[in-house]
Amino acid sequence: MKIRVNGIEREIEAGTTVESLLNMLEIKVQGIAVDINREIVPKRLFSETILNEGDSIEIVRMVGGG
Amino acid sequence: MDFTEEQIERYSRHIILPEVGGRGQAKLLKSKVFVLGAGGLGSPSLLYLAAAGVGTIGIADGDCVDMSNLQRQVIHNTDTVGKPKVHSAAATINKLNPDVNVVPFHGRLTVDNIREIIRDYDVVLDGSDNFPTRFLMNDAAFFENKPLVSGSMFRFDGQVSIFHPAKGYPCYRCLYPEPPPKGLVPSCQEAGVLGALAGVIGVLQAVETVKQVLGIGESLAGHLMIFDALKMTFRKVKVRKDPECALCGENPTITELKQYEEQACEFKAATCES
Repeated sequence: MKIRVNGIEREIEAGTTVESLLNMLEIKVQGIAVDINREIVPKRLFSETILNEGDSIEIVRMVGGG
Repeated sequence: MDFTEEQIERYSRHIILPEVGGRGQAKLLKSKVFVLGAGGLGSPSLLYLAAAGVGTIGIADGDCVDMSNLQRQVIHNTDTVGKPKVHSAAATINKLNPDVNVVPFHGRLTVDNIREIIRDYDVVLDGSDNFPTRFLMNDAAFFENKPLVSGSMFRFDGQVSIFHPAKGYPCYRCLYPEPPPKGLVPSCQEAGVLGALAGVIGVLQAVETVKQVLGIGESLAGHLMIFDALKMTFRKVKVRKDPECALCGENPTITELKQYEEQACEFKAATCES
């Protein structure tokens, strides 16, 4: 099924979770937040949040400068 | 509150706004806002808060003005290079608006002093430049029940939110539970930042702070605003209060302030004229 990650369309298998998507993309969970369809998913739910067809996922990098 | 003639003129463009009016302007003049960091974000925030007539502005920063700050830290100037940032900022504010009482704190905020320092303020604004301070500020704002107007930036990206668990909104830890491990996310200005980005983010913080004081409009609490200067896009995403948040959740495991270790590049020479 198709999803979008940071604006780019990707094909993933049904049942893919946020955690498995991040693993696939080789992105560490530290220092990021993830939103699906413009809502932040708490980090503790990454392993149980299953992605759906058409979801728009954004990986938000933590920024600390001021 | 009775305005002087000068005040009526100075704040006329606020007073004629129905959402502000004389009552709103009087609220601003009575309000107390604390700004952590007189750097890239603090500079534009402070200028607009002062211009708006926020009556008391606390500023904390342990650094001195460096020539490399002037590319974005617009409250300072070439003549104040080498001076403590809080004093440089206070001098600019005093020239801009004598109605403002500036309370400068030249030093570091720590687990031992931060709660007492922010206690008297209505709103606290985070414009700090490192993660340990951001977490310290978030936790202190939570324990003191203060709305925290948070801004951060890096290179071409900026983020803004209001964290206010006391009103049912998330805290910084609901979004980012822990600081990133050392070295993973550069947090210091040495990595570079677009100067004008500081203006965008710092001014958004000032806008949200003024709205918070006036109690008008829709607050950014419960949302994160993400700005990408290269793409020129704003993205607003929803952030919920996490019932399992270690700080503001139902069974908190963080019950007192904790000090995280600083990253190596955050150590700066403490040479400063006073």
